Amino acid sequence: MNIGTHGSASSEHSPAKQLRELAARFFKLESALLVAILGAMIVIFTILSPSGEFFSSGNIRSIALDTSEILVLSAGEMLIIVAAGLDLSIGSVVVFSSVVGAKTLVALSGSPAQVAQFTYPHLALGITAGVAVAVLAGLGWGLVNGLLTAKWGVPPFIVTLGTLSVAVGLAQVITGGLNVPNIPPALQNSYGSGQLFGIPWLVWTAIIVVGILWVLLELTRYGLHTYAIGASPEAARRAGINVRLHTISLYGLMGLLAGIVGVMDVARFDTASIFAHTQDNLTAITAAVIGGTSLFGGRGRMLGTVIGAFIPATLRNGFVLIGVEPFWQNVALGSVLITAVYIDQMRRRRARIA
Amino acid sequence: MNPTSDKVLLSARGIVKNYGHVQALGGANFELREHEIHALVGDNGAGKSTLIKVFSGDVQPDEGVLEIDGRPARFASPRDAQVAGIETVYQDLALASTLDTAMNIHLGRELLVRGPLAKLGFINRRAMKRNAAEQLKELGIELPSFTIPVSDLSGGQRQAVAVARAAAWGRRILIMDEPVAALAPQQTEFVLSLMRRARDDRGLAVIFISHNLPHVFLASDRVTVLRHGQTVLTKPTAETDVEELLRAMTGIMNTEGRASA
Ligand SMILES: Nc1ncnc2c1ncn2[C@@H]1O[C@H](COP(=O)(O)OP(=O)(O)O)[C@@H](O)[C@H]1O
Ligand SMILES: [Mg+2]
Repeated sequence: MNIGTHGSASSEHSPAKQLRELAARFFKLESALLVAILGAMIVIFTILSPSGEFFSSGNIRSIALDTSEILVLSAGEMLIIVAAGLDLSIGSVVVFSSVVGAKTLVALSGSPAQVAQFTYPHLALGITAGVAVAVLAGLGWGLVNGLLTAKWGVPPFIVTLGTLSVAVGLAQVITGGLNVPNIPPALQNSYGSGQLFGIPWLVWTAIIVVGILWVLLELTRYGLHTYAIGASPEAARRAGINVRLHTISLYGLMGLLAGIVGVMDVARFDTASIFAHTQDNLTAITAAVIGGTSLFGGRGRMLGTVIGAFIPATLRNGFVLIGVEPFWQNVALGSVLITAVYIDQMRRRRARIA
Repeated sequence: MNPTSDKVLLSARGIVKNYGHVQALGGANFELREHEIHALVGDNGAGKSTLIKVFSGDVQPDEGVLEIDGRPARFASPRDAQVAGIETVYQDLALASTLDTAMNIHLGRELLVRGPLAKLGFINRRAMKRNAAEQLKELGIELPSFTIPVSDLSGGQRQAVAVARAAAWGRRILIMDEPVAALAPQQTEFVLSLMRRARDDRGLAVIFISHNLPHVFLASDRVTVLRHGQTVLTKPTAETDVEELLRAMTGIMNTEGRASA
């Protein structure tokens, strides 16, 4: 008895089956398509920039450095979107984390008088504590997002819009609206502008974090459950998955990543800048969606997100080098985003018909 | 008819479930014996799905007693029911549409890689694919591909995946909520025979919800009728007929002595 003999799907060479296989192959190719788009950008910018300046190692390094923070945020945001969630608060959490981290760092590195003269007798303690506080603060905000979303069932859009405002507001209260001064230059000198094998430490950080998330998403039970929850929380729950706990952990992870980015940011710019990062949420969502992550959940590949994260900085950098007004970057980016959403819509419609 | 044992496997008494002002169950009783196929019938909205969701841990009742093997059981989540050996095909199937067949069959029970990476939850997709293929083959189910998302399967094929998952993992009780609603006659016959094999070959007890009374008479050992969230009849199927079931389901007799809604 063959229960699969429904419609024409199981007969070997039926057009429906061929169409389906073709479609399946195309969507596997989607990542390849993105690689090609990024590759084309690189080739065009290299040809058009004076003496191929775009493809110089210095320029590539600068693009990678500009992308490192958003790469970490995009990877985390992508996991949340795969689970059909959303986190708008990430930029604010980065700011909050960097502020409390920097404050801790400065306060523990030496007495106020010493610090004012850039003398830091307890530098190691200060840096360790500062980093820990920043990361834990990020984790804390993430858990708040997760708990409110999972326990109350409030849409994450609303919850994280709230914490977006509260986190940055508190950061401003703590600092009196000023950037945190007197941060020991040692942090920047060693980590923020340091390199290993010609690759900045900040880029290494992004590579390692994204690599871990990649493995987590594609190879582990945690990743599979993330997809399942995004596809159908009901199905996931009935399969025995603790959907609430998983959701909380996802937002917690996102917060942790924002905390790490807070540290990266302080190290890079030697200050905790409270007016930056207002666009991080949209940039990260854009990266994920350009990369083929479905806003409806259940679909997305890390490679796509990584490429999506590189596109803004690549466009910005390339346009500057070939002398196109940088404003065009926004136009180009928005167009790519809309195209990505259009493809996702078509795919969903096709899935519903099939 | 298969001689069912008299040993009671699952017993539910006085189950109440309210959704706001809607009472889905108003003190329903149900008894499942070992090695029986027990049909659960009733009009739309009678509370059949809600009752089996209580058995599968998907719904927590407001009142009532649930016993497994004569011992009180409380299922706080579907996981608890799975641990007790209960597997369910829900009316709305409950598949993760973007995952493929093999992943859906193993969702929540993933096979892990060997070695230390297992501790980190690394999954073994190849083993799951192989296992899914074996399970489906054993059940006699053929699907065009294991690697396409189940959203790309036909309705009947999705039903097959849901049935296969439950049949593969069920150790004591198999619950099927209208499993043949989306199926062609040939496939319907297949699902009915699958229930029989589950009972005869693997010693499972089956709860089978159906709208189709001929199927009930074809497949079940006993039958329970729900009306407005209450149990109005439980009998060996051989000792009842369509008229009696319809009367119990609707509570109405017309002048010709035939039940009608
Ligand atoms: N989650 C729910 N929320 C509100 N009402 C529900 C819910 N589930 C079931 N009901 C109501 O409970 C009653 C019984 O539903 P159900 O158990 O699905 O009946 P059946 O499966 O016999 O058709 C119906 O009136 C239905 O509308
Ligand atoms: Mg029902």
